[in-house]
Amino acid sequence: MTVTTTTSPTPRPRIDWTRPVLWLFAAVLFLLILLPLSWLAVFAFTDKNRHPTLANFVTLFSNPDFLDPLLTTAIIATTSALICCIVAAPISWLVSRTDMPGRQTIRALVTASFVTPPFLGAVAWELLAAPNSGLLNQLYRLFAGEDADALFNIYSMTGIIFVISCYTFPFVFVLVANALDTMPGELEDASAILGGNAWTTARRVTIPLALPALVAGALIAFLQAMTLFGSPAILALPAGFHTMTTKIWSLFQYPPKLELAAAAAVPLLVLTILLLQGQKALLGRRGYSVIGGKYGAPRRVELRGWRWAALGFCFLVLLNPVFLPYLALLNAAFSPNATTLVTPSTATLHNIVFVFTELSSTQLALKNTVILGTATATIGTVLALVIAYVTTRKVIAGHRALGFLATAPVAVPGIVLGVGLFLSYTRPPFVLYGTLWILLLAFLTINLPSAYQQLQAAFATIHPELEEASRILGATRLQALRQITAPLLRTGVIATWCFIFIGVMRELSAAIVLFTSQTKVLSVLIYDLNEGGDLAAIAVLGIAMLVITFAVVLAVNQIPISGGNAGAKLRNG
Amino acid sequence: MRNKISRRDVLKASAALAAGTVFASPARAAAPEPVAITSDLVAAATKEGKLVFYSSMDLPVGEKLGKAFEAAYPGITVQIERSGSERLFQRVAQEFDSNIHTADVVNSADASHFIRWKKSGWLMPFVPDDVAKHFPDNYRDPDGMAVTTRLWLSSIAYNTNLVKAEDAPKSFADLLDPKWMGKMVKGHPAYSGTIMTTTFQIVRELGWPYLEKLSKQRVMQVQSSTDPPKKLALGERAVMADGNEYGIVLLKEAGQPVEPVYPTEGTPTISGPTGIFATAPHPNGAKLFQAWLHTRKTQQFFVDFTGQHSVHAQVQPKAGRRKLSDIKLMKEDPASVEAMTEEIKTRYARLFRV
Repeated sequence: MTVTTTTSPTPRPRIDWTRPVLWLFAAVLFLLILLPLSWLAVFAFTDKNRHPTLANFVTLFSNPDFLDPLLTTAIIATTSALICCIVAAPISWLVSRTDMPGRQTIRALVTASFVTPPFLGAVAWELLAAPNSGLLNQLYRLFAGEDADALFNIYSMTGIIFVISCYTFPFVFVLVANALDTMPGELEDASAILGGNAWTTARRVTIPLALPALVAGALIAFLQAMTLFGSPAILALPAGFHTMTTKIWSLFQYPPKLELAAAAAVPLLVLTILLLQGQKALLGRRGYSVIGGKYGAPRRVELRGWRWAALGFCFLVLLNPVFLPYLALLNAAFSPNATTLVTPSTATLHNIVFVFTELSSTQLALKNTVILGTATATIGTVLALVIAYVTTRKVIAGHRALGFLATAPVAVPGIVLGVGLFLSYTRPPFVLYGTLWILLLAFLTINLPSAYQQLQAAFATIHPELEEASRILGATRLQALRQITAPLLRTGVIATWCFIFIGVMRELSAAIVLFTSQTKVLSVLIYDLNEGGDLAAIAVLGIAMLVITFAVVLAVNQIPISGGNAGAKLRNG
Repeated sequence: MRNKISRRDVLKASAALAAGTVFASPARAAAPEPVAITSDLVAAATKEGKLVFYSSMDLPVGEKLGKAFEAAYPGITVQIERSGSERLFQRVAQEFDSNIHTADVVNSADASHFIRWKKSGWLMPFVPDDVAKHFPDNYRDPDGMAVTTRLWLSSIAYNTNLVKAEDAPKSFADLLDPKWMGKMVKGHPAYSGTIMTTTFQIVRELGWPYLEKLSKQRVMQVQSSTDPPKKLALGERAVMADGNEYGIVLLKEAGQPVEPVYPTEGTPTISGPTGIFATAPHPNGAKLFQAWLHTRKTQQFFVDFTGQHSVHAQVQPKAGRRKLSDIKLMKEDPASVEAMTEEIKTRYARLFRV
């Protein structure tokens, strides 16, 4: 939908600050992404004295200590991506294209699992499915007898794949549901008119149209699963194996082997880039679902007697990422013993008192997290907004490169970025380690691609003729942006802001490399507590974290000028 | 005058413990003059208003200590940075390398860390009055850089709901019985100073073959030495292969179904010294905390409340708890731990796969 006409550079009396401002943003972006990656490359290909060498890679690929985690990671990522698609596709179809009752509730619940940080989910599933103390296994033994083998063992490859899938499937859901929502109903009608029955229509029209979204979703799920740090660290180490991310992290142990850590990050990086390229090649003509512009709303399939069964299926799936974990966390928060079912007589406020009055890191971590969440979301939205503007309106030369740079961090796993940022900002000219700035940079970089893509999509829906009208009437480009484009973008902007804020709350893999005692964030505090086995404190903090997230998201959506329902937008995009 | 008093106390204390030498004997001792808690020190510390304590103590225990200090000296807040000692050691190195100095006081469960910190010149000499008078020489640095604040054990233990007393392991060798396959939990020496010290003593007494056999028992591998007692209390595993004995003692006193076992080969013993960093951003707060931490009153409170042990000559063991002198202990040797740290980390990772 973009228009290729360029605005004519007629001389104007007033100074147009647009170009300098845009170049500044481009420079910032360049620095933000290329600096850490360059340092990573330098360390990966040099020895301690910075002499060029390939020895790091030789060590890496000849040592089973590294090859095993690589294989493990590949298995986990592939399986998780498959499971995510198998689960997310039917749910998004049910929610988007059928008359199943409670569709909005299901969407909200999927959002809830998206908002849940994966490491918190992993701890909650420890409470539920640790082989002996897990609540579900205790329940099972009530029926199967005390000596029965565990029904579930969360400290296993299967356990990790399961937990990762629980908190990754929302990515697939959002993409597929979004594609189905915007799919023109006329195409399906045409198929029906031509005599195709429901199944033929699905096979020949609906599924092919939704396929690009599903492939994109599978890819994102794969990347998420591959780059997660928290869940494997919490569940794989007790079981006695590493994934790539936990292995990279263990290289930070004293004496730190930064060269190896940088080298170990390279396979993750290369794999990600290959996959993204593969997706491009596979899908080719992307986005054909919106080619025709606005069609009529798609027709909903009538499920008749299956309506309630479908809803039951959705609830059954959502038991795993939402209901069970939250029940387990609530139970642990109020119980004297994290995996004993709390009763009115044993309920205690001890854990809550401990976390909020005795635990000296709580306040600092809360403060840091909220500051970083707000700052990252605000700066990130502005940055993404400007880049999206530049690339959709093709304002400066090299806009294509800018768009590429903004999407590039997708290819950089959090822990890899963490290593890169650590290498970049612990030495002159930029010494930022030990301050919140380095975390801000990390969170900004990690969240930029999705923010940029959301806002780019939002821009694409606004025709440039509105801006042009404003400029013909004498406004500068910035004025036109402020007065015309900005108000039209409010919903998208708010959704993006919330998206980044949630992203900051979820982030652990870069933070774990970059924090210091004064710049601790909630995710790191929770991870620390897990290493000490303080599960009840985690439950309390985790619940507090979710309350904050929901409160902030709701509050931002209430901003009067915002208009529209960004929450709905958030769920869709 | 001071020496006369301390000598007598030293003898008394050493006789009770006889658990090896944590600090090498003074060749050329140059400890600064002992410092008492004066109103000037308190005023200067209060003016700083804060101190940051890097510690590996079990979190509820450490925070309780911090709160006790805050109650004794209103106006000063204690921020406790808890992590495993080995992790803290790495972070201190990482932060100091980047010229970040946020830590004031540090307590490590790996006494060998103080050897390296002292060599690097990172510690501030400071000797509180009580330390000069009541702490035995072998538990304090001759140059006043650190002093053993606490002493504790890493024992075996079992969950009494899952294991009958007569079936419980009595020794480390018993843990190699196939019946414990998949039923044990232990901490990690690359994270926990307690486990590093424990692993060193076990390797010295029993050799690597013991750990090699243990690694084939499908042991649940957690990180902190504070975690195995908790996993035991939850019933997640039946037997603890290593971990804080004081955690077990406290949980047992709280009515949880756990029981410590002091292995027949001897129980690994850990000294936790405390020192002040030369670059402490709150030097007066740090000194006040260090002085307060080693008074008879604080040490007694610490012993009573945390189930650990003190080398302060006037501190009494809590009634009803097992005395250290009744337990066969393994000897400490921080200098050898320092020499073996890398070997332990590498060989352990190879055996246990993480």
